[in-house]
Amino acid sequence: MEALYASCVGLLSFAGIFLCLRGRTFPVVLGLTLISYAVNLFLFSSGRLLLNAVPILGSGERYADPLPQALVLTAIVIGFAMTAFIVILAMRARADLGNDHVDGHLPPPPTPARERGENR
Amino acid sequence: MSTHLPILPILLPLLGALLLLLPPLSGSLRRQRAAALLFALLTLLTSLLLLRLQLQGIQLYVLGGWQPPFGIVLVADRLSSLLVLLTSLLGVTSILYACGGADRDGAHLHPLLLFQIMGINGAFLTGDLFNLFVFFEVLLIASYGLLIHGGGKQKTQASFHYVALNLMGSSLFLIALGILYATLGTLNIADMSTKIAALSDGEQALARAGGLLLLVVFGLKAAMLPLHFWLGPAYTAASAPVAALFAIMTKVGIYSMFRIFTVVFGESAGELAFMAQPWIWPLALLTLLAGTVGALASANLRQLSANLVVISVGTLLIAIVLQSEAATSAGLYYLVHSTLVCAALFLLADLIGQQRGKAADWFVMSRRLRQPTLLGILFFVAAMTVAGVPPFSGFVGKVLLLQAAAHSTAQMVWVWPLLLLSSLVVIIALARGGTTLFCRHSNDRSRGEAASPWRVAAVTLLLLAAPLMVILGGPLTQYTREAAGQLHAVPDYLPVLLPGGPS
Repeated sequence: MEALYASCVGLLSFAGIFLCLRGRTFPVVLGLTLISYAVNLFLFSSGRLLLNAVPILGSGERYADPLPQALVLTAIVIGFAMTAFIVILAMRARADLGNDHVDGHLPPPPTPARERGENR
Repeated sequence: MSTHLPILPILLPLLGALLLLLPPLSGSLRRQRAAALLFALLTLLTSLLLLRLQLQGIQLYVLGGWQPPFGIVLVADRLSSLLVLLTSLLGVTSILYACGGADRDGAHLHPLLLFQIMGINGAFLTGDLFNLFVFFEVLLIASYGLLIHGGGKQKTQASFHYVALNLMGSSLFLIALGILYATLGTLNIADMSTKIAALSDGEQALARAGGLLLLVVFGLKAAMLPLHFWLGPAYTAASAPVAALFAIMTKVGIYSMFRIFTVVFGESAGELAFMAQPWIWPLALLTLLAGTVGALASANLRQLSANLVVISVGTLLIAIVLQSEAATSAGLYYLVHSTLVCAALFLLADLIGQQRGKAADWFVMSRRLRQPTLLGILFFVAAMTVAGVPPFSGFVGKVLLLQAAAHSTAQMVWVWPLLLLSSLVVIIALARGGTTLFCRHSNDRSRGEAASPWRVAAVTLLLLAAPLMVILGGPLTQYTREAAGQLHAVPDYLPVLLPGGPS
């Protein structure tokens, strides 16, 4: 279970970091969302992974650590608010700046003139 | 009343901000201004009372009655109450300045400023690492709103970078918290310091990774070298009262480094003692250098002030990395001084810019200022202070720091030339900028409007600190020395910080 869980976190962070490094705002926002999923899963696992254990003392032989669950809950709420904010900000940037590049202006087109001549 | 004093600097701005958003106050700007000022002054008053109360001993506020380390605590010791006072003072001046007209550019400036004060005060007061994260988020989301307040292309563009970077920073913060909780089993800072020495080898590696991740996060907040690129655009784009309040935001990062790398990863951390130092040393010196070069290259006063913030961060990082009581004490004095003077410079840049028409605060020839004498004197005092020229507070701060760095030859060889060189360069940059702003005039005979008295009052209030911090230098350095003593001797204070014993 640990290996599966760890690779889930790893895959989510990988995809998130990849998307964060893109040039347009929408993939960046998606990337940040994926990273926050990865972070929440990671934080949840910091109290060790247990099956069939409730986070209440005296309810059985084994019990889970309730604190990471509380932390994750807080992190989810905060992450949700921040994502909502950056979505609106990205839309505002698109309206204000006329494009959706993260730097506010589109880079010059990559094809040099010589190459275009060859294509002809 | 006095038992609940530690939480009041957080609750009062929150209450004020909420009331400001509700009908009787939300309708008119005049009522909003009065109420915002009232709540900012009340916060200042409670921070003063808190400062006086904790002189009798560290004040522990146990939220909800759950004993630490299991519940959340607020800790008001010498260090945190000094910084809370600084924040509240800065809050009053920036609200005062905003009353001069910046609050007309968009809705809800005052509530956002109050939320920001609440977040910063909370970050200083909390004794729990996860709560530090929560207050970071509170101050960040308020700062997002403040940064974009007033609108415009430049602000939107700077905002997106700022928000995206800080979201990334928050994610790293949570990962670091997860790692540290998994290894130490606690997030109470005092409790962490008791656990860290007893870790096994494997756990030590994990805790080291967690600690260094925290360094990255706090470095991002504090604008440490490779992570400082957001600062220039954000601080130049922000409106003046916002930039003034932001002057303390980098110091929140510095404060967190003081707490974590002195208390948790400090002397008592066994094999992990001072593990971040080899990383901070080069970064501190390079940050100082980057700020110095940036100051020379700045094309307007706001950019110059932003680079002065970077220089102050570099200097404070040196104070952190020296890891001695003397250095910490000097660092705290310098922190208070640099926050106040950088905030004053941001406000002054706006005041000067408004009287120069289109040229704003760019270092180019322009029409005459309307009030050259008044603004000239203010600028001169601010420039002398920030450059560290006697008789103002910058000089005392720098001398204290140079003394603290004189412990070994290696420290002296690295720190002294860089600090002195950066002071020299700052003088050159400010002199060059100042002469252009005040002495080079075009033939344009038009005159700008005189500065509003609110604004002049705010700047004067901030600059008054420069001579005051020298006159009260004795008691103040005594206080910072005690604060540094408390920070470096946390094991002695454990009975107060953890009344129930470690978990």
